[in-house]
Amino acid sequence: MNQQEEKIKALIYCVKCLCGRLKENINFMEVCGTHTVAIHRAGIKQILCRKTRLISGPGCPVCVTPNELVDKAVWYALQPKTVVATFGDMFKVPGSDSSLAEAQVKGGRVQLVYSPLEAVSLAERHPDHKIIFLGIGFETTAPLIAYAVLSARQANLHNFMVLSGHKTVPEALEKIASNPLLNLHGLILPGHVSCIIGRKPYDFLARQYGIPGVISGFEPVEILESLCLLFKQIMEGRCQIEVQYRRAVPEEGNLQALGLMQEVFAKKDSEWRGLGVIPNSGLTMKEKYSDWDADVVFPAQIDRPRQHRGCICGSVITGLKEPEECSLFGNSCSPEHPVGPCMVSSEGTCGTHFLYQLRGDFNED
Amino acid sequence: MKTDTLTDFKVEPKTRELIKLAHGSGGQLTRDLIENFIKPKFGNRILDRLEDAAVLFLSENLLAFSTDSYVVRPIFFPGGDIGKLAVCGTINDLAVVGAKPVGISCSFILEEGFPLSALNKIIDSMQKMAVQTGCEVVTGDTKVVEKGAADQIFINTAGIGVVRTKSPLSVEQIQAEDQIIITGSLGDHASSIFVARQNLPISSSLVSDCAPLYELLEPLWSLGSKIRFMRDPTRGGIAATLNEIVRGKEFGLELWEDSLPVRPEVKGVCELMGFDPLHLANEGKALIVVAPEAVEMVLGILRQHSLGKQASLIGKIVNSPTRLVYIKTSLGTRRILDLPVGDPLPRIC
Amino acid sequence: MCLGVPAKVLKIDGEWAWVDVSRVHLKINIALVEDMKPGDYVIVHAGFAIQKLSPEEGESTLELFKQIAESEQR
Repeated sequence: MNQQEEKIKALIYCVKCLCGRLKENINFMEVCGTHTVAIHRAGIKQILCRKTRLISGPGCPVCVTPNELVDKAVWYALQPKTVVATFGDMFKVPGSDSSLAEAQVKGGRVQLVYSPLEAVSLAERHPDHKIIFLGIGFETTAPLIAYAVLSARQANLHNFMVLSGHKTVPEALEKIASNPLLNLHGLILPGHVSCIIGRKPYDFLARQYGIPGVISGFEPVEILESLCLLFKQIMEGRCQIEVQYRRAVPEEGNLQALGLMQEVFAKKDSEWRGLGVIPNSGLTMKEKYSDWDADVVFPAQIDRPRQHRGCICGSVITGLKEPEECSLFGNSCSPEHPVGPCMVSSEGTCGTHFLYQLRGDFNED
Repeated sequence: MKTDTLTDFKVEPKTRELIKLAHGSGGQLTRDLIENFIKPKFGNRILDRLEDAAVLFLSENLLAFSTDSYVVRPIFFPGGDIGKLAVCGTINDLAVVGAKPVGISCSFILEEGFPLSALNKIIDSMQKMAVQTGCEVVTGDTKVVEKGAADQIFINTAGIGVVRTKSPLSVEQIQAEDQIIITGSLGDHASSIFVARQNLPISSSLVSDCAPLYELLEPLWSLGSKIRFMRDPTRGGIAATLNEIVRGKEFGLELWEDSLPVRPEVKGVCELMGFDPLHLANEGKALIVVAPEAVEMVLGILRQHSLGKQASLIGKIVNSPTRLVYIKTSLGTRRILDLPVGDPLPRIC
Repeated sequence: MCLGVPAKVLKIDGEWAWVDVSRVHLKINIALVEDMKPGDYVIVHAGFAIQKLSPEEGESTLELFKQIAESEQR
């Protein structure tokens, strides 16, 4: 057995031991959608005992994006001489009526990009077109978009604009922590958001709400270690915010990136699907950068956004309901024809459940 | 050069660089295109007759017949081009049902303005495969559509083969405990195409695995009924192919995560873009379901060929759960491998 | 919520760097991370380096395992 295999075996043993010693049922939540996927891919819930419930939280930017943002993006895509540049994650997400993928079929212009700087290059190469970049993601991604805006400013490009749907994590965590229905005993905290914001912004969870947390990496080994650290805290009666992902998460995060983000963006109240409006949890472009703010320069003319009847994505995202409790799950809502964003996103709880659990009994026995 | 009457007009490959609508009209230009471009490359005694159908002398064996259309972008990519893909694709579809390919047809749909030099390269590539595999292009067709009505070039190939296996290769032959072998690494084609298509600053040694499989697979046919079933996992990767195998059946399929061969470069692209190598197309690999007692022999035979050096045992057929493909992870847990939904999209989350 | 991949820095050119991810070479923007040099490791997200990776620490996992195994035996 090589070192990695030994490590895995040791950690599985640790998790099972610690789980076995629990006196009562506990609820953990993994916040980040990428963790949700990693946990399902590795079948980690099969290692946990029945007493531990692992809930998937709202850390999937696609899932928490309200219909309004998609509706605006679809409108832009269908305008003449306008291209919507977006990360692939948003391409199939349904809004009130349509998605960017459907808009493309109708002749809308959508360009999938890997980096926001590709959208800036697109604007440079096509000065007669408006390039609207769909800004989603949390603190990991917002600094990159801030840099793109500054690049556009430096190049004097006024046909590049950002439609900002960025959100920030700690405020959403507060909303979750303060929800009495959830009764959380521990949080697996997002690894890459923490690369940017560091460890400190999560301290309030332990101090004010008595919920311990571990900032985790994404390999199965790292998630297992994070679970062990959480169990240990509970056993030892501690309540702290620890860092498992030590190599990538310094205490203060990435000050340079934070600085850029704060230069371009200001906090605003933001609507999160399923959580409602959370104060100061969204990012909007500051007035001095309003020339690159799509909402200011080229506001979309859309109808009032509508929710789909029967879609309970909001409750699923917050862990209050399981996907299987949704009447649409597996019927009118599936990965091939998703109704809500939880099903579209590869990290969405519904999509993950559908792919990894629906037709098998592989998890909790 | 005068161009006002067709009868005056002579195609001279040196001076004419682009496909014209008239090349597809059936008149002089069409004839010239065939005589000067296509026949010299594909030329054989059957094609040279330029009849409406190719008449082939076949024995009383079973015939296999397959067709596919090719629309890949970009049309030239590391490891091949749309022409090579077309010939290999049809040869492989025949090979995995145990058929020796005898002849293929080739139809081009060309966009007005398509460079003849590109067509030249593509035809050369197809003929190279034809010679290598002994499967000639025996009939074909060419049409030209207006600029904008097609994207450069589309190719359709159809192939006929003579079934050489004594026992049938089919899903019905599969039994519980049968073993699953893949002839090499996964996801090479789709990841190399993705890198070639995107305008991203990526460089890697990734090449498409596009290759004809007949020679690799033919020695296995002597093992008779011990070879139950074969398929080449193209679009949708092995996830799609394996799910097709179990669909509606009274057995399931277990894959072993630690045994799946994936090149580091493919892993790299997948990690960067959020792809799953099991969902990515392969164009020079075969999935083979074999009787348990034949595994070592099959692996031995495959690994002797240059295309089979990385042949690996990756899973087995199980009695339950039925109609499911699942993966046994390196943690010893299990997860379902479902059909991919649509083409993989690069993601940041 | 964020795909981030460890990568080894090969070459630096102003605000850009070529990095290696499992033998795939990618050009990324390094404006968000300071004091980088070839041989460093970074986390790559959407074409940018977002954080430097500090060198591997000692065997924390095995330490954890030892603690738990010992306490099991008590």
